[in-house]
This record gives sequence, C-alpha cells and structure tokens, in this order.
Amino acid sequence: MHTKTAKLALAMLGATLLAGTALAQETIKIGVTQPLTGAFAASGNYVAQGARIAEDEINAAGGVLGKKIQLVIEDNKSNPTEAVATVEKLIVRDKVPVIMGAWSSTLTLAVMPKLQEYKVPMVVETSSSGKITTSGNPYVFRISPTSEMEAVAFKPLVAKLGIKKADFLNTNNDFGIGSAAEYSKMLKGQGVAVGVMETMDPKATDFSAQLTRIKASGGDTLFVTTAVEQVTLILKQAKELQLNARIITTGGSNSPDQLIAQAGDAANGSFHTVFFPPWFPEVVTNPEPAKRYMTEWQKRGHEPGGLTEGFRGYDGIFTIAEAIKIAGKAEPAAIKDALWKTKVKGVYGNIEFIKQGPAGNESGQNIPSVYLVKIDGGKVAKSGL
Amino acid sequence: MDQLLQHALNAMILGGTYALLGIGLTLIFGIMRVVNFTHGEVYAFGAYMMYMFVMLIGANFIVSLVLAVVLGVMLGALIEIVLLRRLRGADIDTTMLVMIGAGIAMQNSEQLVWSGVAKSINSPFPSAPLVMGAVSVSWTRLFVFAVAVVLIAATYALIQKTRLGKSMRATFQDREAAALMGVRIDRVHTATFALGSGLAAAAGALLGPVFVVYPTIGDLASLKAFAIVILGGLGSIPGATIGGFILAFMEELGAGYVSSGYRDAMGFLLIIVILLVKPTGLFARKERIG
Repeated sequence: MHTKTAKLALAMLGATLLAGTALAQETIKIGVTQPLTGAFAASGNYVAQGARIAEDEINAAGGVLGKKIQLVIEDNKSNPTEAVATVEKLIVRDKVPVIMGAWSSTLTLAVMPKLQEYKVPMVVETSSSGKITTSGNPYVFRISPTSEMEAVAFKPLVAKLGIKKADFLNTNNDFGIGSAAEYSKMLKGQGVAVGVMETMDPKATDFSAQLTRIKASGGDTLFVTTAVEQVTLILKQAKELQLNARIITTGGSNSPDQLIAQAGDAANGSFHTVFFPPWFPEVVTNPEPAKRYMTEWQKRGHEPGGLTEGFRGYDGIFTIAEAIKIAGKAEPAAIKDALWKTKVKGVYGNIEFIKQGPAGNESGQNIPSVYLVKIDGGKVAKSGL
Repeated sequence: MDQLLQHALNAMILGGTYALLGIGLTLIFGIMRVVNFTHGEVYAFGAYMMYMFVMLIGANFIVSLVLAVVLGVMLGALIEIVLLRRLRGADIDTTMLVMIGAGIAMQNSEQLVWSGVAKSINSPFPSAPLVMGAVSVSWTRLFVFAVAVVLIAATYALIQKTRLGKSMRATFQDREAAALMGVRIDRVHTATFALGSGLAAAAGALLGPVFVVYPTIGDLASLKAFAIVILGGLGSIPGATIGGFILAFMEELGAGYVSSGYRDAMGFLLIIVILLVKPTGLFARKERIG
C-alpha cells in the first residue's frame, strides 16, 4: 500500500516536473539591466516601462517562434559595479541569450567586457558615448545615436540659430565628456568660438560657481549635457544668476515636459535635442509604432514626461524580438548574427545596424533621427532638425 | 571683479546651508560618537515633507517648514530610541553598520513612497532675482540664508545657555562623570540625536524649494556634512559653522578660478591639508580619553 502511494506520488511529481519544463520552454527570456534606483532611477524606470509595453504587445501578437517572450529586468542601481553584477546574474543564472541595457554610457561601458567574456549580445538603448561602438566589442548593438551623430545632425542649425560663441556645462562622466567633445569639435569646424568648458559631478545640485564663470565668459549659447534632474536645476539657477545665453541641452534624456513642470518660467527659451517628439508624432519616420506606444503609455497611466525616454526600451525589445525571429532559435551566437540582418520599423526610425569600430571586431550602430525642440510659453515647439 | 563678487555671494549663501548641515551632524557625531549615516536621509525626509505639505496639501510655506522640522525631530528621536538606545554599549563599528543599514533602508523607502521622479516645490518668493549691480541672487536663497543664520544662532544659544545644553556639554566632556552628577544620559542622547536630525530636516526643507527633491539627494548632503564636521573639529558648533563657510568658499572659488571638474575635490583637498597640520580639526575641544 505504502509503495503504491509512493509510486503514485513519484509519478505525480514526475508529471509536474515535466509540465514545469514544458512551461519553461514556452518562454524566451530576454535580460534587461536598467538603473531602477539611484541617480538615474527616473529614466531607468521609464525605459523598463517601455520595454514592458513591447513585451505585452509582442506576446499578444503570438510571441516569437511560437513562444512567449519574458523580460527579466534587473536593477543596476545607477552603479557600474552593480551593473556588471546584474549582467553576470542574467547570463549565468537566468541563462538569457540576449540583453538590453544599461542606460548610461558609464554603465554600458562597465558591462561590455562581460558580454565578450560570455559571448552574449546586448542591444544598447540609450547610451551615447562614442567609445561604446568604437572600442572593438562585437557583442554591442546600439539603437540610440552617438554624440557624434547628434552633433553632425545639429550642424545646419548653427548658422540658423546664429551661434557665434558657445560655452559648455556637462556632467563629469562618459556621456557628458563625450558629448561636449563632439559638439565643440563640430562647432569649431563651423567657425564658432568655444569659451569655457565646465563640468559638474553627476550628483551635484548647486552650479552657481560654474554658471558664474560661464556668465563671465559671455557666450551667446550654452550647451548642457546631463540628465533631466540637473537640467532642471541649471535652468533655474541660470535664471537666478541672470545668465542670458541661449541654453541647448543635448543627449535626448532631457524630458521637456518634466522641465516645464518643474523649472516653470526658467524653462522658457531653452532648446533640447530629443530622439522622439511625442508632441508631434506625425513628423516621425514611422508614425504607426509611435502611436501604438503612446496610446499604451497613456492607457497604463505612466508619467507623460517619460514618453521621450520610454520608447528606447520599447524599440530595444522589438529589435531583440525581431533578431530572435531571424535567428530561428534563442541562442546568443545566432542572435548576434541575426542582429546584423535585423530591420525594424521603430519609434527611433528605421532601425538597422551599420558597422563601427576596428575591422573584424565591429559593433553595430543604428542611425536614428534627431529632433530639436524649443520650450516657449510653457509649451514645446518644433525647432528644426 | 564682478565675477569675484558673485562668487563670494554664492559662497556665503551656500555656506549658510552647509553650516546648518554640519552643526546637526557635529552634535550627533561629536557628542554621541555615532557615525550617523542617516543624516543625509533625514535631510531628504525634510525635503519630502516640505513637498508633501506645500504641494500636496497646499499648506502655507512657513507652516510647512515648521511642520517638516518638527517631524524631522520626531524621526530623529525615533531612530535613537529604536536603534541606538539598545546599542549604547556596542563598539563603534557595530553602530556604524546599523546606521549604514538604516540609511539604505530610508533611501529605498523614499524611492518606494515618492518614486524616482524628481519633485519640485514652489516657493512663495518672486522668481525674478534680486539684482544688485552686476551680482544677483534669488529671493528664495536669501530666505534660506536668513533662516539658516537664525537656526545656527538658536542652536548655539541652546547649547550654551540652557540646562539641556549644559547636560549635552557635560556628557560630551565626560560621560561617566556626567552620569554620576545626575545627568540623565539616555535623555541627553535622545535629545541630541533629535536636535541634530531636526537641523538636517530643516536644511532639507529649506533647500527643497531651491533645488529639486529626489531620493538620492541625501548622499551628497551626508558627504558634505561629514567633511564639515571633520574640518571644524568634532563636537564644535563654531567649528562646524566656520567649516561650512570655508568649504563653500573653497568649492566656489576653486570651481570659479581653477577647475569645475575638481569642485568637490577642492574641499577635500583642504581637509587633508588641515588634518595634516591640525589632526583634531580647526576648533576641536580638549577631551578626556579613557
């Protein structure tokens, strides 16, 4: 009797285990590492929310290769050391065949050696430092523009805005330093004088010293590169110090809606490069996915100010899903090869990868659209690009 | 010259808030010997309370400020009674680990409650700055400076003139002797921690409307507070006040005339130099060891 019960129990256990594996096989895991806490928490959460929208949309349409996709989202705490740990965990423990991440350039650069070590490809959705795609890491595929692309796209506006002398204020990390270097190079090429190049700690809140020096330099335009929290403070403090230079923020993580809400009057007259303009979605290359993304974002009650950031995650997951489809199997090597053939009609524009970096070890780089908008009277207006 | 004047004005205003942060910590660190990693989080708490009262409830600005400080005092008392009281005999490392844990827990709670998106607090002062010739300063910052000066003076008077202040100083000089003389050490510890925390909350509530509020604002506040306390000498209120102003001037002039990339390094460079010359800090009082 006892043996019979035991056998029955064993059989049931076996059945459950089998069912368990069968169920596990029905999903394809995609790793995501984003700063969900720490200095970049706001932006990292927006990207994760955008990624979730893509996950649900893809699964509602039947998934990939007949299986549902499943995002494994890890918090890299805005910290490079933690970012490396999340990538290691995603690859070793969760056995994901592909990753999306890691928001800031510094975080992305920190995790890149791990991709090479484990031979797992990563789609970079936000970072803009040139080094990411030029350092010879063949596992990196970036859908966001580099600072250089942004600067080149900006070139025709130099004359249009009448920029004669420019000053710089950027956050003291790979993103800020890279952007200031590319923009100043481009401006010098256009015959614009470059005044002072000031930096600030990514956590700093008081910029009175830098802004006083910028005011003394007397440029007509100030290029600012950092995340939205510091941009807000800079706009407010520039007004307090009566800095009259035109302020242009670069890098696309500047959320003009949030600036209007938080900097108030001080935001008026400032310019911002963005890579998706939700205020006039009709101008983007592919209005169809842009509308789907925006509708769902609103339906879920996400912060409207996050629209300019969330689409990065949305596009990143669609790019990965398409690559898995082309690869025909969810394995790192196959996905890496497939990414080169991937073409996606995304919010970023028509996503496809060109080769960048040293021959033989090229990284993939997409060429997205860049838009310049102006805040005027508490509203966002088109302004070239 | 205009630039120098503006830098000096910026540094004065910044120094007032640094001093406020430093005084709160020097009381706790100096008198209680608690390496207080919750100081920056109480600062953030003060800022969030200000946000809640002004922006969500719509209370008067001054009333909100007072309420934020009172809640900060209560939070400080709570931390002392719940965490520190039972660690009274523990060595400094144990206490430090507990405080690091408490700081992390508080920061993550802020994130959970308020989300990572920065919040801004409207100030009732005109947004156009006060212009004096070539220099200008915002009205909100002037208000912050004035309140900071009043709070610093009040704290100094409390320590020097009141019975509670006398007990605090006695405890700092010699814990055992003070206890033998009838000073209620437990009460002094709670009051000191609550007072120090109240000052941190005040700094947060004052600076919230100047800057924006997000969960990690406490990190830098905490770092600066420790720097100021070490600069001024443990437990010295004039030391923390002057230390706060010195740090502000170093940062401001260093960033203005040397390099803004090393703005935060300037202050620490100065600390290294001062500690080399005077290892107890600028104004450390003599204390009995052992």
